[in-house]
Amino acid sequence: MSEKVPVEVRVNGELRSAAVEPRLLLVHFLREELGLTGTHVGCDTSQCGACTVLIDGRSAKSCTVFAVQAAGSAVTTIEGLAEGEALHPIQEGFWEEHGLQCGYCTPGMIMAAASLLKENPDPSETEIRSGLDGNLCRCTGYQHIVNAIARAAQQG
Amino acid sequence: MIPAAFDYRRAKTIDEALALIGETAEEARFLAGGHSLIPLMKLRFSQPDRLVDIMHVPGLAGIWERNGQVGIGATTRYVELERSRILQDVLPVVAEAAGEIGDPQVRHRGTIGGSLAHADPAADLPAVMVALDAFLDIVGPQGRRRVQAEDFFQGFFTVDLAEGELITEMRMLPRRTAAYAKLHQKASHFALVGVAAALEIEAGNGADGVCRGARVAVTGLSTHAQRLRGVEASLIGERLEEEVIRAAAERAPEGIEEVNDDLHGSAEYRREMAKVFAARAIRRAAARA
Repeated sequence: MSEKVPVEVRVNGELRSAAVEPRLLLVHFLREELGLTGTHVGCDTSQCGACTVLIDGRSAKSCTVFAVQAAGSAVTTIEGLAEGEALHPIQEGFWEEHGLQCGYCTPGMIMAAASLLKENPDPSETEIRSGLDGNLCRCTGYQHIVNAIARAAQQG
Repeated sequence: MIPAAFDYRRAKTIDEALALIGETAEEARFLAGGHSLIPLMKLRFSQPDRLVDIMHVPGLAGIWERNGQVGIGATTRYVELERSRILQDVLPVVAEAAGEIGDPQVRHRGTIGGSLAHADPAADLPAVMVALDAFLDIVGPQGRRRVQAEDFFQGFFTVDLAEGELITEMRMLPRRTAAYAKLHQKASHFALVGVAAALEIEAGNGADGVCRGARVAVTGLSTHAQRLRGVEASLIGERLEEEVIRAAAERAPEGIEEVNDDLHGSAEYRREMAKVFAARAIRRAAARA
């Protein structure tokens, strides 16, 4: 029934494998099995987007995906964006434009933005806002988040 | 929130998926994008003993034109509907409605078959399928069958799908003159009300042609997606001038029972909004003539 099954997922470019219960959510696989705690659990009900990661390049809420579903896929988390000490342009944008206050929603916001900019490298402000439909910031710092993503798009 | 334990299997073919569902005496469910099922499992409203993942079955996802019909595979994700050249071209209403579902993360995972099978009273695609008079191809232990969307949706989270049956494909005729208009529930982006209108407009006169056929369907208003027959009747045989559209849309609440009434919108508000969004959908559909 709840026997552990082997899963192999490419996480931030590295092949990671573990034996997990099928009911283990991807977010808990990342945080607890792999120690990648940059991906946050917010609402745990598929709404707030704090747990957003990329699965095969597209944003997804990792609280609503089982780790076994991601087997064979490539997952990118916030830890996988910077290259060494060099911040990713979106991270740079958040730094420069004060895109975070408490910081809880930030990893999810950045991953949602990474997915958006990958498909639409030059979004309008409206497109940036729609691109963040699945992410909530309880500090309500949206304007600076939008500015940060616009800056990243310009720099990218 | 942790779901109850289950056993996970990946099917490589439709036959294998049916066998994996059939071989267990306990509750087994098909898993596609999981964006309806997993939240239910986390709340333990649903506690299947086995999930059979159908996302790796070749041929179950895709959008194609064949023999004058458009086919959409059951595991086609919302994002693919939204971006499909075929749909944007011959069935823009499907692309348009898909683009209004949830948020980008949800659209990257959720599938059309999953949405139709789950039949949330406020889901967008059921109304679109009813308005387009789509057929659902279903396969199960008793073989294949085909159901009209209108008959498929039967009530509150209730559809014509027996245990062990799987939706494989939706089929419909191309129809450019169809549109979807939706009032979003701001937090979930489900429809407070959503109206899909599919019109047949006499060719040659653009939006001024006579309306020869109309199918209009609503979601969010009641227990399940349903046709607005009063609205349809008021459009057929008419030129779609503003007064005609307004008068037709006024009839949106006719014959709809068990109108939803909750903290997001009272029954009275939803009835009024059904009129407003019916008019918007009809105008937008006519503008595509």
